[in-house]
Order: sequence, then structure tokens, then C-alpha cells
Amino acid sequence: MANYYVERLAQLIITTLAVITLSFALLRLMPGGPMDYLRAQLASEMGSGRSSDEIDAIVESYVSVNPNDPIYIAYFDYVTSILQGDFGQSIWYNRPVSEIIAEALPWTVFIMLSALILTFTIGIALGAAMAYFEGSRFDTSATIVSVILTSIPYYIFALVLLFAFAYQIQIFPTGDLYARGETPGLDLSFLRSALHHATLPILSLVLTGFGGWALSMRGNAVRILGEDYLRVAELRGIPDYRISLKYVGQNAVLPMYTGLMISIGFMFGGAVILEEIFKYPGLGYYILRAVEARDYPLLMGGFIVITLAVLIAILIADLTYGKIDPRAGGGENRETY
Amino acid sequence: MQEEVRTVKHTEENPTEEEQISSSVFNRSSADYETESRKDQFVRSVDTRILAPLRIIVHDWRGLIGGAILLLYILMGTIGVLLVEAPEIGQGPRFAGLFTDGHLLGTDNQGRDLLSLTVHATPAMLEMIISGAVFTTIVATIVGTVSGYKSGIIDRISMVVTDIMLTIPGLPLVIVIAAILDPRTPWVVGIVLTINAWAGLARTIRAQVLTVREESYVEASRVMGFSTSGILRRDIIPQLMPYIGVNFMQAARNVIFASVGLYYLGVLPFTHYNWGIILNQAYGGGALWNVSYLHWMVVPIVTISLISLSLILLTQSADRVFNPRVRAKHSRTVSDDSDAAEHN
Repeated sequence: MANYYVERLAQLIITTLAVITLSFALLRLMPGGPMDYLRAQLASEMGSGRSSDEIDAIVESYVSVNPNDPIYIAYFDYVTSILQGDFGQSIWYNRPVSEIIAEALPWTVFIMLSALILTFTIGIALGAAMAYFEGSRFDTSATIVSVILTSIPYYIFALVLLFAFAYQIQIFPTGDLYARGETPGLDLSFLRSALHHATLPILSLVLTGFGGWALSMRGNAVRILGEDYLRVAELRGIPDYRISLKYVGQNAVLPMYTGLMISIGFMFGGAVILEEIFKYPGLGYYILRAVEARDYPLLMGGFIVITLAVLIAILIADLTYGKIDPRAGGGENRETY
Repeated sequence: MQEEVRTVKHTEENPTEEEQISSSVFNRSSADYETESRKDQFVRSVDTRILAPLRIIVHDWRGLIGGAILLLYILMGTIGVLLVEAPEIGQGPRFAGLFTDGHLLGTDNQGRDLLSLTVHATPAMLEMIISGAVFTTIVATIVGTVSGYKSGIIDRISMVVTDIMLTIPGLPLVIVIAAILDPRTPWVVGIVLTINAWAGLARTIRAQVLTVREESYVEASRVMGFSTSGILRRDIIPQLMPYIGVNFMQAARNVIFASVGLYYLGVLPFTHYNWGIILNQAYGGGALWNVSYLHWMVVPIVTISLISLSLILLTQSADRVFNPRVRAKHSRTVSDDSDAAEHN
């Protein structure tokens, strides 16, 4: 079991390093890419009076990569400064990137985690109910609704919700994190305002997401309901609630593990579109501003941090998964060919 | 065990579709290969792997509707482009509503016909879908089968790489790469959009290979000294073909979602028409608060949702046909015959 946790942790570290390396490679190695662009921009801003060394020094202060260093030194510097939380200076906002991210990240995490938990719980519960009443009218109509909702991209749903509830009926705000005049704090009116502003973004993810979970949960549960060991469990006189939770529920949820991993990344990634539509200044919103302004330090910083958020979410999912899946602890001893 | 008996029972003489599928997909024995000529083999594989599944899909209402809608989009992207004139600024009045004379779907703020815009965005979309979905499926199949079959160090390394790709959130990665590479041709855009989409599929294919690799005919091939690539191609991948096919459609859907999303955000260069661009301009042009512009936003929304729905329906009907899990419940309590009838 301990082995399993060590392995998961190693995976987290390797992935973090890989993402930082990727971001370094994109920054540094692309011909005509970010570095050249930044240098050209700075050179034209400052006139011809500056030497190329001075410009390089300024470039380094922005992206933590000095164009003149040999590549391994530049790489080492970059990794160490990122790991210390130094993402450089945003060109567009003219503030340290880490400051912007620290402000924006909690909002994105708040929206995405609420959406993820709601989607998963509703999907599992509905899927289980559909399997239980398999073939009934409820099952058929829930299947149809699930298929239709799943086929709509979440951002389309976001636009529709925004149109209906924010612009036409006007019961939800059209943007922002909380109402003007509220000060962030742990008082009730602030929390209500924040929740009010987050409702539509969360809703558009949940409504388009739960159908897929419900359908696969239904499929898995229906398959398990035909297994012999259920009949044996019944004959042994195990109480019904225990059979449905332990025997059916647990075994039906386990195969959805890879799907859960993918959907964590998918949802956090969706923040870029969702926060743009709802004008919700979380991390995704800033990533998009950075793309538009060609603000590479902010873009790369946002990308690394959003990946880290996903990694941590997955690690938590992994550790809980290790608790419910008896196979997770055992090593894989398969013959190699 | 039931199924093996069935394969032996009727190998020749008009096996029904259901039996063809179960014998070819799930219980193909290695002897099948050696006795057939190349031509027979080809005809047979076309029939069992392409025609029979198609026939079954058409028999399912979901498959029929999904297939019909998809065909409509393919026609739109090939013949439609020739029939509908290209969009042009000022080809009609500004903000004409739905069903206006000469403009079935109305026009946008520059007087461009929305039907023209929608139709002329289709070819590029189809190109993106094909390149993206093909790229995803091929990479996933290669990584998944090799790593599942070989095990050991190769498996370890490729799963570490796969897990890294799996956990990097796709959309931000694509945005970062698109911002730096600035891809312009639809074929390239399709691949950029699916740059890490193969990872999830590779993992599930690997899991399936793990069960197939212990089958006796795979072992037989191994004992006879066939090369790894030969065993993968002839014994393992054919078994997984249905699963891969289902996921091909899933991949296609992801390409559509991502491409519309990124064109909507304006992250990809506007080098050709795209439904996402219409959506972007409608959002910017005030279609959300001005109800008389509503059609401007509804047209791309319906276009995107419909093709996505068609792919979901196709996936579902294909899944139902191929997925042994779906029939597992019934096959234990009912006899063989009604099991077969369920699919017709």
C-alpha cells in the first residue's frame, strides 16, 4: 500500500517537472517565438540607445530566462525560479505573475471543484437509479435527457444560460466575482454574493456533464446486476442496502477511474472558455488575456499553475481511489514478452 | 464458453450478422488466417468488420438518426459548398431574421448570409475532425497495444508518459501551443487540438490488451515465433477494432468541441470560416441582449449541437452492438436465440 502512495507522489513530481520543461522549451526554443518577440518589443520600446546585453537582462527579469546563458544553465535557473514561485513579471499588467495568480486561482478552484463534485454525485446517483429501474419509463426518459444534455458543449450551454438568466430575466449577474461594494471576507452577504455570481458557471458544467456519468454508471451497474456473486450474496442473507452499496455501487464506480482523471483535467481546462464567457476573472480568464496581449510570462505561469491544480486534484482522487480499490495496492507482476 | 461453441457450430453457410460479429470480433481463432487466401481474407474482413457493423448500426434507431445527420454534414461540406454561394460582406440586408426572402437562416451584422457562413465552415471542420480523430486513434492504438502487450520496462515508460499527457489540462495546453505555433491549415489545427487527447484512449486500450494477451491463440502465435508487430496486427488489434471505432467518434466529437471553443475565443487565427467564429461575432455583436439578433447566435449553436448529437447517437448504437457488457446481463438468464434477436 505504501508503495502505491510513493508511486503516485513520484508521478506528481515527474509531471510537474515535465510541464515546467515543456514551458521552458516553448519559451526558449521556438524560433521566432516568445523570446525573440519579447526582445524585439523591448528593443523598439527603448530605442537604439541600449546594448543587447541590457535588453537581455530586462528580458530575464520578465521570463526568468536569460537568452544568452547556455541552455542547461538557463534551464536550471528557470526550474529553480518556478519552483520558488517566481513566474516573472507580467508584461500587460506590469505586476508579478505570482501575485495575479494568487488572486485568481482560488476562484477557479472554487468553481471547478464544486462543479466536479456536483457532476459526479448527480451522475452516479442518477445512473444507479436508472439501472435499478432498468427498462422503466423513468429509465428511458432519463437516458434521452442525458444523451441530449451530454451532446451540448458546456460553453454553448453557458451562452444559453447567460442569455436567458442574466440578460433576459436578469436574475443572475452577467459577470464578475462578487457584487460591487462587497469586501471579501467571511461574512454572509459576501458569501451569498460570491455564490450568486458562481451559480451560472457551475450550472453550465454540471448540466452538460452529469449525463455522461449517469450513462456509464448505468451501463456498469446493469452489467454487475447480472453477476453470479450477487445471487450468492443474496443467498448468504447479506442485507440489501449492503449489497447495493458494497457489491453493486463500488464495483460500478471503479471502472470510471480513468474517466474521472480525464474529466478533472477537462473541467479545469474548460475554465479558459467558461470564465471568458461569464467575464469571471479566475485563472482561465487571465490565461486568455495573456494570449491576447502576447504576455508570455503570464501565459506560461497560468498554464503551469492550472496544471498543478489539476495534478493535486488528481492526487486526491488517486488517494481515495486507493482506499476503495483492493487491487490498487498490489504490484503488477506480468510476464514480459 | 457458450460463444466458443457457437463459433464451431456455424462457420460457413450464411451466418447471421450477430454471429459474424461474435465469431470475428470476440472469438477469432488463429487457424482462420492460415487457410484463407489473401483475397478471401480481404473480402471476409471487409464484410465482418465494416459491412456487418454498418448494417447493425442502421437497424438501431439511434444509429440511423445519427448516421443520417452525419451524412447531412458530410454532404454539406462536399456538395453544399458548390451549391451555396460563398459568404460575402453585404450580400443581404443587415440582421435579416430567419426565413427572410433569399436568406433562409438570416444574415449577420455585415449582411453576410448565415447559411453560407455555416456551410462554408464545414469543409475545414471535416478536415480538422479527420486529422484530429485519426491522429488520436492511431497514436493511442500504437501506445496502448505495444505497452499492454510487451509489459515490463516499455510499459512502465510509456505509461509514465501517458499519465503526464493525461493530466495536463488539454485546453490550456492547446492554447499555449496554438499561441506560439500559430497553426493555419485545418489538417494541422486538427492535430494541435488533439495533441494530448490520445492519452486517455491509450490507457483504456492497454487495459483491454491485458485481457486479450493471455488468450490461447495469442500464446500460440507467440510460440510459433511470430514477431510482436505481427501478433499485434493480426491477433490483438482486430479484437479491439470495435472499441477503437467507438472511440474514433468520441475523438471526433472532442475535436469539434475544442475547435469551436478555440475559434470562439479567437485564439486560433481566423484563416477560414468556422462556426466558433460566428458565435464569437454574435457574442461581440450583442446577440445576447438584443432579442432581434438572436438567430445570429442560434444558428451556430444548433449546428454544433446537432453534429455532436449525431456522433453521440452513433457512438451509443455502436457501443450497444459491440459491447459484450451490454448483453452480459441478458445472456445469463436467457437462451442464445433471444440474445441474437435482441440486436435485430
